[in-house]
Amino acid sequence: MKPGFFLKEALRALRRNAAPSLAAFATILITTLVLGVFIPVVRAATAKTNEVRNKIELEVYIHDDATNAEVTALGEKIRAIPHVEQTQFISKDQALKILRSRLGAERQAIVEDLPGNPLPRSYRIKLDDPDNVGLVKNALQPAGADGKPKPISSAIDEVVDREDDTNKILSATSTIKIMLAALAALLVLASILLVANTIRLSVFARRREFEVMKLVGATNWFIRWPFVIEGLIVGIFGGLVAVGLIWLAKETVIDRLTDRFALIAAPQTIRFTLLVALLLAAATAVSAIGSGLTLRRFLRV
Amino acid sequence: MRKNGSKQRANGALNGASDSARSSAPVVQVRDATVVYPGGNVGLDGVSLAIDRGEFAFLVGPTGCGKSTFIRLLMKEVELSRGELRIAGRDLAELPRNKVPKLRRNIGVVFQDYKLLPNRTIYDNVAYCLQVIGESRSAIREKVPEVLRLVGLSTKLGAYPDELSGGEQQRVSLARAFVNHPPLLLADEPTGNLDPETSIGIMQLLYRMNQTGTTLIIATHDNEMVDRMRKRVIQLEQGRVVRDERAGRYRIGTSSGRFVRAHGEPVGSRDSGQ
Repeated sequence: MKPGFFLKEALRALRRNAAPSLAAFATILITTLVLGVFIPVVRAATAKTNEVRNKIELEVYIHDDATNAEVTALGEKIRAIPHVEQTQFISKDQALKILRSRLGAERQAIVEDLPGNPLPRSYRIKLDDPDNVGLVKNALQPAGADGKPKPISSAIDEVVDREDDTNKILSATSTIKIMLAALAALLVLASILLVANTIRLSVFARRREFEVMKLVGATNWFIRWPFVIEGLIVGIFGGLVAVGLIWLAKETVIDRLTDRFALIAAPQTIRFTLLVALLLAAATAVSAIGSGLTLRRFLRV
Repeated sequence: MRKNGSKQRANGALNGASDSARSSAPVVQVRDATVVYPGGNVGLDGVSLAIDRGEFAFLVGPTGCGKSTFIRLLMKEVELSRGELRIAGRDLAELPRNKVPKLRRNIGVVFQDYKLLPNRTIYDNVAYCLQVIGESRSAIREKVPEVLRLVGLSTKLGAYPDELSGGEQQRVSLARAFVNHPPLLLADEPTGNLDPETSIGIMQLLYRMNQTGTTLIIATHDNEMVDRMRKRVIQLEQGRVVRDERAGRYRIGTSSGRFVRAHGEPVGSRDSGQ
């Protein structure tokens, strides 16, 4: 191994094959740029859908004639169920207050006309994952001997999961999630194919050269090292310029908008330093490893 | 340290054999060598011959007779379909793939199409051969201009191959093949595209190399050259050896098959004793 010699060989190749090197550089630059823009967007969209899903909750209505002790015991039981993250007790007064606030000022009369407070006490249950809503519901009222749901406590009047809403939210958000994942996978695949193709072209243009090197007795690694280093250099530079452009866009456009519009401040997007590190590493690795692998076919002389 | 080590390694494949009990082994020895290309074309068909150390042998025959296949075979660029090939007593079939570069470093080759690296100067083209074997920079600086002077190109060190004429490129190819002072030198049509005067120059060079002990195998169509040199001539036709004689000529009047029996030295008989 002679790193100095190999580096010099790589630089010579870059200089003498300026056009293919530039093409590889541009390809890496553009794909990194696209990925760099797309990753935060996907992350923000995923975070938003998760936020929506987290609104899914269960409500357990309690019989008016249940004693306070029964209600407290029920609370303990609910908290013991797996996948329950948080429970909130809502008293009759609180329930009325919530109803008032929902009705708005001009319809307060409806509440005034009520004889007393007909609203039941309830537990509001938050789940660790919205997908577990069915499990928790079953745990609250497991199927009895006759096949009908039988509540775990006599204090339970009804378990409500706002079924329609829940189903809609679940199906809509999972569709969005699948689409985002597919889009991300496609984009990554397209990037790798594009880079691979560019490298292949560059190798193909020089296949005779590799053949000659083999015929004068060069070992595979003697030929491969300069080429891998070449890929490394192209990858690093392409990645650096792309990251620089992304940073510039972030500084001049996104950050300024964020100051003015709360909407754009994505609550849970990827950290910029992590993104930069990820992109640089990917660009360099794909370029260098791709170069080394593509060469293999042309070294069988 | 490293320099010495690599030198020893480089010379081991061919020269090393001379130290051992195989010192009497011919440089090249083939028995029943048959090469069938993937498409079904037969490159060589049951060729048996031996070429001794320091010999100067011409391979002649019409295009497609197997001359180039024979040369590619010696470099392990093509594989035998049947038969046996020994170089310096070593069976090439048993040579692992990763040892092939070492074999090639000990065989200088002048290619018909020169096979120069287009992105390197003449100097760097020749130097690459030495860099491959791990030669030191000072040794490269010394040897490359020397060998290029030998082929008469000392004024064109910085030129790129496409700036040279065919004959000049051929001479670069020759310089590259010889710069390592390989024990075996193969040349595929070294005078193929050259005018008579340049051809003579190239042949003189090859002759001088042979005088220093290098074994030479030259595939050629150049009848004048063969007739003038009066060296061993091996004639191939459709992949078979049809004539093999010492101090031969390019062409013969009689049927070549009978000539072998009458005047040639059948090489197979030499092998049978071993």
